Amino acid sequence: MSPSLLEVRELSIGFAAARGVVSAVERLSFDIAPGETLALVGESGCGKTVTGLSLMGLLPSARIGGSARLAGQEVLGLTPRQRRKHRGAPIAMVFQDPLTSLNPVMTIGAQLVEAIRADRPVSRREAADYALHLLERVRIPAPRQRLGEYPHRLSGGMRQRVVIALALAQRPALLIADEPTTALDVTIQAQILQLLLELKNENGMALLLITHDLAVVSETADRVLVMRHGQAVEEQPVIPFFEAPRHPYSRGLIAARPQPRPRFGPRPRLPELVDSGEFAG
Amino acid sequence: MLEIQGLDVDYRSHGGTVRAVRGVDLAVGRGETLGLVGESGCGKSSLARAVMRLTDVARGAIRIDGIDIARLKGRALLPYRRKLQMVFQDSASSLDPRFDMTRIIEEPLRTTQANGAARARRVASLMDQVGLAASLKDRYPHELSGGQRQRAAIARALACGPELLVLDEPVSALDVSLQAQVLNLLVDLQQEYKLAYLFVSHDIGVVQHMADRVAVMYLGRIVETGTHADVLAAPAHPYTQALLAAVPVISPRTHRIANRPVVTGELPSPLNPPTGCAFHPRCPLVQARCRHAVPQLRVAGEGRAVACHLHETSQVSSLCLQEGLVPA
Repeated sequence: MSPSLLEVRELSIGFAAARGVVSAVERLSFDIAPGETLALVGESGCGKTVTGLSLMGLLPSARIGGSARLAGQEVLGLTPRQRRKHRGAPIAMVFQDPLTSLNPVMTIGAQLVEAIRADRPVSRREAADYALHLLERVRIPAPRQRLGEYPHRLSGGMRQRVVIALALAQRPALLIADEPTTALDVTIQAQILQLLLELKNENGMALLLITHDLAVVSETADRVLVMRHGQAVEEQPVIPFFEAPRHPYSRGLIAARPQPRPRFGPRPRLPELVDSGEFAG
Repeated sequence: MLEIQGLDVDYRSHGGTVRAVRGVDLAVGRGETLGLVGESGCGKSSLARAVMRLTDVARGAIRIDGIDIARLKGRALLPYRRKLQMVFQDSASSLDPRFDMTRIIEEPLRTTQANGAARARRVASLMDQVGLAASLKDRYPHELSGGQRQRAAIARALACGPELLVLDEPVSALDVSLQAQVLNLLVDLQQEYKLAYLFVSHDIGVVQHMADRVAVMYLGRIVETGTHADVLAAPAHPYTQALLAAVPVISPRTHRIANRPVVTGELPSPLNPPTGCAFHPRCPLVQARCRHAVPQLRVAGEGRAVACHLHETSQVSSLCLQEGLVPA
């Protein structure tokens, strides 16, 4: 295996609750190589999103244990100031809902310039030129015109392209994409997934794709890590994962997807997972 | 039992009139599931809401057992309200947060059943049918999971003994394991009560599983209809082909999105729709006449209709899919 870009070891995340601590992630370990796409999959509440947030330092009140090293440097427990100074191999994140990730009262151009100037000391003019370049790279039509527009003017797919451009402004070594296409239509989803994979290949960037959609995983990932109740249940390269899943929960997840019904005859019954995480009645 | 003819739904906005649904003809037979697919903004929810008379019909007819309800008002609609019920996508906002389960499911019965004890028995039997434990009857929506809430919404829809359910993205907000449970429940209920379903969804996988027949919508119009096997296994319209090519598939050896041509562009604004065929700016097979003439939905084989100029001269075949769509 190639040397890791990200090494997560025994990551635990807990939240203080009225009585004791609620554990969201328990002793999770995984690696991502440069240029690799690792899919973190599981159902709502399995801990996949908080794993991503912890790597970004976006869980200030959580109790976080273990370690996560990016290119050898610890990223857990950094203060915001240390994190900003942390040059060389930053992590950027793209969220599910692009509208809440964008500032509604700043133009697209102003948001990009801010992100670029936070990354490195360049003049406004240089930053503006680079902002245009980033919009071109994420293939937004009429990029020059978009610079002066506000997020509400854009479609969901265009907004997600802007969010990806903002992430690229920091020249990340690792991009965490948390359900980046879940809110999008299927043709736009295909376009955004292709864009993410292309950008990854151009830059040698690694991608941590957080999703509940196993078909998206099958279409994009190099490796798959399944989480359930805060723990890893299975990790495999993508082909063996889908052809020979080892854990019964993984098999259940794959089988529970709706199947095309046969031309004639009855509809196949979908296998139902027991203990799906629904609250006990 | 449901027959829609020449249906138009218009919305007025600052920018002018949005023609959300244009000239839609559809029929749903007793006990049948018609899957209505399309992307956001294509008008599928407007169509569903018009059938329920939740939004005004601009032109056209909606016939229930032969009676046009498109322009009925108030009391005259009541007998048909009983026959048509709807389940919405977001169970958190479609259930009253101040009502407990009993009250939610009982609510539609209040118009027809004055006897409280009889209503309570009916509620208990409905909860049992949709797989909700009797112990949940005093719970409020926020105390239930998404799957349980959607079961309650289905129980409420069944309360008056409807003949047709309009299901607008009924499982889109659920995790895959809960999705499977709710889909199985809908299949069971359909068989037991011979219910007709108008199943609206953007999720081709779910429609593939549920529908007997499929209608594909693009910018307010139906572009293709046919049996589930015809439309989804051998799509004829270039939009249907593009849509299906974009659907992610579990087959990591053969289906990798990075290696597959994908349709470019986005759904045009319904405020300013393209001339001619609405799909022409994105269509890889566009020809001159597509830019000015609107293609009509024409019969193309048994139980199948397609609205595409190229199809009239059979230049489009499913071969186009296999060869891959050429990005425009």
